[in-house]
Amino acid sequence: MFFSRFIAGFKGGIHPPENKFYSEGKKFSYLPIPHVCYVPLQQHIGKPARPIVEVGQAVEEGQLIGEADGFISANVHSPVPGKVIDIVHHPTVFSPKSLCIVIETEGAFTSSQQSRVPSSWESFSRDELIASIKEAGIVGLGGAAFPTHVKLSPPATKPIDTLIVNGAECEPYLTVDDMLMQTFPHEIIEGIRIAMKTLGVERAIIGVEDNKPDAIRALRKVLLETNAPTITLVSLKTKYPQGAEKQLIKALLRREVPSGGLPMDVGVVVQNVGTIYAIREAVLYKKPLYERFITISGPIVKNPGNYKVRFGTKISDIIDEIGGLLDEPVKVIMGGPMCGIALDTLEIPVVKGTSGVLFFGKNKIESENFLTCIRCGRCVAACPAGLLPCDISILVEKNLTDALAMYHLFDCIMCGSCSFVCPSKRPISHFIKLGQQRLKSASTRMT
Amino acid sequence: MAEDINTQHTERTQKTSKMQLVLSVPPHVRDSQSVTYIMWCVVISLLPAAGYSCYLYGLKAAKLLIASTISAIIAEAAYQMLMKKKITAHDGSAAITGLLLAMNVPPHAPVWMVCIGSAFAIIIAKQLFGGIGFNIFNPALAARAFLMASWPVHMTTAWHQFNPGNILAKDIANIANLPPTAFDAITSATPLACLKSAPQIIADYGASAEAVLQTLLSNTMLKSLFIGSVGGCLGETSALFLLIGATFLFIKRIISWHIPITYILTVAIFMGIYYALRPLPGAESIDHFLPRMVLFHILSGGLILGAFFMATDMVTSPVTHIGMIIYAIGCGVIASIIRLWGGYPEGVSYSILLMNAIVPLIDRYIKPKVFGTLKRTTGE
Repeated sequence: MFFSRFIAGFKGGIHPPENKFYSEGKKFSYLPIPHVCYVPLQQHIGKPARPIVEVGQAVEEGQLIGEADGFISANVHSPVPGKVIDIVHHPTVFSPKSLCIVIETEGAFTSSQQSRVPSSWESFSRDELIASIKEAGIVGLGGAAFPTHVKLSPPATKPIDTLIVNGAECEPYLTVDDMLMQTFPHEIIEGIRIAMKTLGVERAIIGVEDNKPDAIRALRKVLLETNAPTITLVSLKTKYPQGAEKQLIKALLRREVPSGGLPMDVGVVVQNVGTIYAIREAVLYKKPLYERFITISGPIVKNPGNYKVRFGTKISDIIDEIGGLLDEPVKVIMGGPMCGIALDTLEIPVVKGTSGVLFFGKNKIESENFLTCIRCGRCVAACPAGLLPCDISILVEKNLTDALAMYHLFDCIMCGSCSFVCPSKRPISHFIKLGQQRLKSASTRMT
Repeated sequence: MAEDINTQHTERTQKTSKMQLVLSVPPHVRDSQSVTYIMWCVVISLLPAAGYSCYLYGLKAAKLLIASTISAIIAEAAYQMLMKKKITAHDGSAAITGLLLAMNVPPHAPVWMVCIGSAFAIIIAKQLFGGIGFNIFNPALAARAFLMASWPVHMTTAWHQFNPGNILAKDIANIANLPPTAFDAITSATPLACLKSAPQIIADYGASAEAVLQTLLSNTMLKSLFIGSVGGCLGETSALFLLIGATFLFIKRIISWHIPITYILTVAIFMGIYYALRPLPGAESIDHFLPRMVLFHILSGGLILGAFFMATDMVTSPVTHIGMIIYAIGCGVIASIIRLWGGYPEGVSYSILLMNAIVPLIDRYIKPKVFGTLKRTTGE
């Protein structure tokens, strides 16, 4: 069933300029297959996959080329048919030197994936469902890229009662999840059912920020048509970071994930809508995760929009395919502007966790100088985790690591709201990250 | 890790890439308000009241305002130059200090005095503590306290003499048929000083308690207090023009309701309770004595100026909303106590200074509730 509420949600948060207009409502278009793909073996949180192909070997589209190494790891598949021409260290968003399988596209698309006749997933057991998700190498597509099969198989000691589907997409500029919900509402609802069966839960809630009325309308229509009483659609107040896992759970269920805990501690598993879509593809068509939808946007992009891109496609190739840029890029961000990572080279390939690529020209550059804290308290009001970002930033700046212990640094969700609001332009969230590292190294020194 | 990645990235960029991309840590978008923007907004918000004081008190007021502001900026620049620090005198914070100090002295105070006060505010109360962000006391108020201690006569008697032709003076004189000498005593001081010395006036000039109270709490007087055509410090008299500036700060989200509203409400409640328990002699002759008295206290003296522009100083107020409320209640209680029982007629500036001293303590014990923990963390 459907209901729409105006939920205040969580404490704190900010309202950055959304800037979604560049790519909002732009239908998905498919980027051409790149000539050469750099497929990283690490596209997820956890151990990198083990390469199982050799240089010179011919591969098919969707063929397994990297095998999950251990439980928290994920399979990697070839995004294109062709020949492995090299296995090299190449810059990726995870590290400046990450092992990549280089595949040159050639031959026909004798796809290794099964036919487009869907299998009847209702007859699958939970183990079979998890196996096919694991086989397909699915990871969280919201950005964190945590292996999905791990998330969908919580230990028996943590009973799960609710699946939350994250369609908040609170990052500015990004519109890919919005478009996905508008374009494939049936597929997403079906994917939710598959995920519900995999988890063995009777309830699912889709949370969508109220700045995406078209997506809400599309999903609502499907929910009404299919009469799915176990799936609820909730319109959330537009506020960053509404899509952060813990804040989303709080907003939808009034449950607070305990400090240091995981969503499963409060009986919840959260999956991004993109991941849900990929789960369905994997279960119904045995389609491995080798491509995804991303937003390409920014003030200097000639044709901003939502595109389907194969993993391993380098940013430099993307620029040519989408019709180029209006100006020399000065800053290129992989992900959204709040949490995304600034790239130093356009050689970096798109990976599973890439939700968008943003290009900015000259006038975007701000001075990196920051001033002293004036104790305005804006970061304290904005912090969704209830921390004292200003105090932490001062302690880290002054290298007072011992004093940091009582400031709950590890409850920080790295949303960047504190840095956003700071009038002194202090990189507060970066200071918090540094503080976390210092605390970690201090505790290892002690033990 | 991000740092390592970034440094490695940078090194590699320098070696190989033709194209220079700028690296920075997330977030890559920032709010448009900077410290400089906020500070100059506060300066702008003070201008209506400052402008009105120039209209009311004439060129003398303009001279004081300009001299004080400029000497604050010069003091900051000179100190930073001497100490080989980065010069931030243009960031607007020194201008606020200078402007606020001038608005906190009587209109006929000597110009050299506010210049010394500004230099004290910037050098002693601000820079010696480490500059912007590190000072414990509001620099303008610390300087006001310094001037009060150093030149008490200038600071407490240089009020404006409203001549008998003044509209306010005429209106007030007609209210209760006060003897001319008592009338002079009332209009030549601040309304709060009159209230404090009311028994004296009654005894000295043979005025009746009713007449004095009727004058002080008359509609004319309350209206004058709101508009600002009464005696007082340069910038504190006009509630109207101060509120215009405060509205601007609210719209710009530079101040929140927590401090000013709590502060004023505390004073209102405190005064309400006090006068309900101990009505002044002659109170029974006045309609709506209690609300009039409370309004008189809100509008008179520097309460509006202090609550909206000085207690809200970001550096010297708590960072949490609950901390702000505690701080503002403390300000309200102390200001009321000084007004009722203290040696001075007005207590706003000392109340803020005293609470400034407690702010580090408030910030230490009042912490936000950490997400996922059961209760607010307090202390250590």
